[in-house]
Amino acid sequence: MTFWSDPDGFLANWLIHLLAGIGIPAGVAQAIGFALGAAILATGSLLFVLFLIWLERKMIGRVQDRLGPNRLGPWGIFQSVADMLKIFTKEYITPSGADKVPYNLSPILTVAAVLMVWAVVPLAITVYGVNLNVGLLYIIAVGSLGEMGILMAGWGSNNKYALLGAFRAAAQLISYEVPMVLSLLIPVMLSGSLSMTQIVVKQDIWYVLYTPLAALIFLITSIAEVGRAPFDLTEAESELVAGFNIEYSGLKFGMFFVADFLHSFTISLLVAVIFLGGWRGPGAETYPLLGFVYLVIKTSLVNSFIIIERASLPRFRIDQMMDFTWKVLTPVILILVVVTALLEKTLVMAGALAWVRTGIMFVVNIAILLIADTVVRRHLARRPRPDVRGKERPVARPENFFSQPGSGA
Amino acid sequence: MTTLQIVFLIIAAITLVSACLVVMTRKIMHAALWLVLSLMGVAMVYATLQSGFYAVVQVLVYIGAISTLIIFAVMMTRNVMEDVGPQSNRGWGLALVGSLILFAGTSAILLTWDKAQTVLQEIPAVNGENIQMLGLALVDPMGFLIPFEVASVLLLAALVAAIFLTADIKRSRS
Amino acid sequence: MIPLSWYLIFSAALFCIGLYGVLSRKNSVAILMGVELMLNSCTINLLAFWHYYAQVRQAPQMSPLVFAAIIFAVAAAETAVGLALIISAYRKRQNIIASDLDELKG
Repeated sequence: MTFWSDPDGFLANWLIHLLAGIGIPAGVAQAIGFALGAAILATGSLLFVLFLIWLERKMIGRVQDRLGPNRLGPWGIFQSVADMLKIFTKEYITPSGADKVPYNLSPILTVAAVLMVWAVVPLAITVYGVNLNVGLLYIIAVGSLGEMGILMAGWGSNNKYALLGAFRAAAQLISYEVPMVLSLLIPVMLSGSLSMTQIVVKQDIWYVLYTPLAALIFLITSIAEVGRAPFDLTEAESELVAGFNIEYSGLKFGMFFVADFLHSFTISLLVAVIFLGGWRGPGAETYPLLGFVYLVIKTSLVNSFIIIERASLPRFRIDQMMDFTWKVLTPVILILVVVTALLEKTLVMAGALAWVRTGIMFVVNIAILLIADTVVRRHLARRPRPDVRGKERPVARPENFFSQPGSGA
Repeated sequence: MTTLQIVFLIIAAITLVSACLVVMTRKIMHAALWLVLSLMGVAMVYATLQSGFYAVVQVLVYIGAISTLIIFAVMMTRNVMEDVGPQSNRGWGLALVGSLILFAGTSAILLTWDKAQTVLQEIPAVNGENIQMLGLALVDPMGFLIPFEVASVLLLAALVAAIFLTADIKRSRS
Repeated sequence: MIPLSWYLIFSAALFCIGLYGVLSRKNSVAILMGVELMLNSCTINLLAFWHYYAQVRQAPQMSPLVFAAIIFAVAAAETAVGLALIISAYRKRQNIIASDLDELKG
């Protein structure tokens, strides 16, 4: 066992031998090793967020024809570090009438819910936190803890806007969980396992080729779960001031902020692992670190897509958002699940080769997507568009004001 | 006392204390949050029974769906933030005595039943929680197909009923 | 390892706490919370006996797991309908105290 073929096991062995050298039994050493691994994973991903924030600001700046942060360090890369240091010095403000315990617990819960996902994600062939046999269910369950954090923040702040934001967030999360869980059902059916490591191992052909529609729906619904544009109704500035985190300041707000960015990276990671083959790639079995590099590249691609999509799409209205999940995504994914189950079983029984199956499934997926698109477009074209204009308002007309006789202009 | 026993006792204590707070706290919102902690404790108890699948499902269903719905209902049926006045009805003393008697009776029976003293060992994975076998049993006509279908019909009926009860049909027509 | 009786007594205690909540609470949502605790104690019993039988008979046991799954489904259905009833009652009367909802007229 060398470092290159099994980095995780190598480091664990090295640590156990080191601790045995100073007289610590193997069981305790293993527990220390687990704790250390968890600490490294959590700290590493939290520090990685600093880079992610910089990247997102830079990319959105480019989309909007600005430079983005460019003062501190090369290409402004240390901007987030400075922001972090500033946020440490800020005052904690607790609003009067706040429910103290939920108010203070919710930022921690929100960050923890995101970090807990990382425990089951295989980062390379032998490198994972724990190989849970119900890994996918675990990810969904942990996501619901974050929901609880948002509800607690909204309730605890004693603020109408925060409460409304929390209401919206909870409604959105519950609604979008339905198509998300159903879209995860398809990789589970294809791989015959709920474990994340097994799903990666079974992906000789990436599932994004196998079921592009399921991958698309998973991406859309997880963007909604994170609450990013175009689904950022929970923090719609024009309607709710700032949403559920309006009363938070200092590092408590910072934790929500970090959780948001880390969550968006985490869903990119999940898309990469479940649909894009995870660590798989040429040579990844013999050199796990190479697999890790592949995973980082795939994840970054998905994450860049999410950032650019955030910069380019306007926000949904709340009724549009609800219509979209209940009337479009859920029926489509239900049909897809049934079709995939029947077709996959038939094709396997008929003895079709993997590539043939992939081709047929790809065509069927695209067909379902096109049919759904046509149906929705026709429906929208038939429906009369409601008139949403308000009543006429007096408009300030500077040209009239300045051209008034006697005004001096 | 093994480590697992100590862990179990801690989890059980947390669960029972938070369950007591669920039924005694004056603020109904706090009761809902204590309920979340209590359900989390139950999920951990499932994990000590080597039932990881049900532990995760417990978190998913009870905390993710049911508690969220309950918190929603608590928030929607309040006009004011604070709950004032007593939260229990006149017969609470009788209810307390009845519950205590029930608990004492059950515990007495359980403590005298010799098979209850069996120490649960770790079961091998073959006999353990096999999700694949569970899935097959649920759709096997010789197994549990009919209960499974009845449960799904129940869920559908509940879905329709909940929508019918809460939808404001009159207002949406006008 | 843990004796079976610990689980059973724990679940009995949880059941009795839930029962007390159902009997003594005024607020309908709080009554529903008590019901949830009682349902959970049932599931603990089922899973404890599942473990016991899997150990005693040395064979995989599916029936308790199926029962537990059905309890989950029933709990979800019960909560959905119960909360829908409570919300619709609140809309009509601005009140969800169980003892005040004593008219049959809707």
